Amino acid sequence: MIEHADIDTELIPILDKVSDPEIPVLTILDMGVVRYAKLVDDVVLIKITPTYSGCPAMDVIADDITAAFKKAGYKVNIDLILSPAWTTDWISEEGRDALEKYGIAPPLDADADKEALLGNKKIVKCTNCGSHNTKLVSQFGSTACKALFQCEDCQEPFDYFKCLK
Amino acid sequence: MNTNLYNYLLGIADNSLILGQRLGELCGHGPSLETDIALTNISLDLFGQVRSYYQYAAKVAGDNRDEDTIAMMRPEREYVNVLLVEQPNTDFGYVIARQFLFDVYHYMFLTELQSSKDETLAAIAKKSIKEVSYHVRFSSDWIKRLGDGTEESHKRIQNAINDLWTYTDELFHQTEADKKMIADGVGVDTSKLKEQYYKQISNVLDEATIEVPDLKYFQKGGKQGVHTEHMGYILAELQYMQRAYPNMSW
Ligand SMILES: [Zn+2]
Repeated sequence: MIEHADIDTELIPILDKVSDPEIPVLTILDMGVVRYAKLVDDVVLIKITPTYSGCPAMDVIADDITAAFKKAGYKVNIDLILSPAWTTDWISEEGRDALEKYGIAPPLDADADKEALLGNKKIVKCTNCGSHNTKLVSQFGSTACKALFQCEDCQEPFDYFKCLK
Repeated sequence: MNTNLYNYLLGIADNSLILGQRLGELCGHGPSLETDIALTNISLDLFGQVRSYYQYAAKVAGDNRDEDTIAMMRPEREYVNVLLVEQPNTDFGYVIARQFLFDVYHYMFLTELQSSKDETLAAIAKKSIKEVSYHVRFSSDWIKRLGDGTEESHKRIQNAINDLWTYTDELFHQTEADKKMIADGVGVDTSKLKEQYYKQISNVLDEATIEVPDLKYFQKGGKQGVHTEHMGYILAELQYMQRAYPNMSW
């Protein structure tokens, strides 16, 4: 489910085939980066929003959307919008499950996130063994949206998707 | 074109561009893998934000300028970043001190910019502040770790704070464009942030057992395009590809 996004139902199957280039198990709908998709006079109008300002995936996502609609026989026009700013709340339930299976701990709520990143509480669940006995290694992980954690039970290092609100 | 708005946008964006470039120099050279990745992630955030400002500036200019020519093809005197952000990566202490002194300002500035009457600026601010809140947390955390760390780390971070302190006052200087934009409800009245800035900085330094410098004389000039001797080298690297191969793209 995608909150507040305005998307024509008939376009969902096409958008659902476009995955996030950095986290391929998630579709761009799961990520919540598509904010608007409507068919207006033969042209599909789409608005996407970046997760982070410097997210290098946005150009690829726009190209992939264009290709997917071209294949389905549509003309497409894509706008990049900044407002309202993307939040991790827009990641769907399916998306959160997929993240965890992929080895990335899904974002906690804002207060819990702060406690976890300040190292005050052990609340981030290891994606390998499920233990909460985990520690922060670095506030920044392989990309700006993630932090690096390590499990103190099974020793597995893993990414945590930081809460962005 | 609205020259004041254009200049105001460059005033914000140039700070992040030059700081981002400085941090980019550390790619592959950070003291540990984690800090290397953190600093370059911060750099990437800043470049992303800068892109939004320059795209908007190109729209305001309304001629053949685009985000790339504005970012990379101006002569030194036309860059209006503060002197603080162009200071070199002398050691990790300087990198963290420079970041901290800028982040605290940046966060306070963006907090206010969110209520700008200019919708585009408000949208960029709302997007950027989420990222910058992580920057402040990162640099404040390191200030404490270095200040309250070993004798050597304490000495180095204290030196860096002492040396860079002279560039902090310029953050609050207002250009003609700044004053016009503040009057229009578009810009942020930074004079109102100054007291809170030094208070917040002092609180973190106190906690880190770092002495707050007592300085009466401050350096300025960047906002008028008069830079330190470091700026030319930064621009040489930043501009080389576009100068050597005009209009090249990836
Ligand atoms: Zn584990």
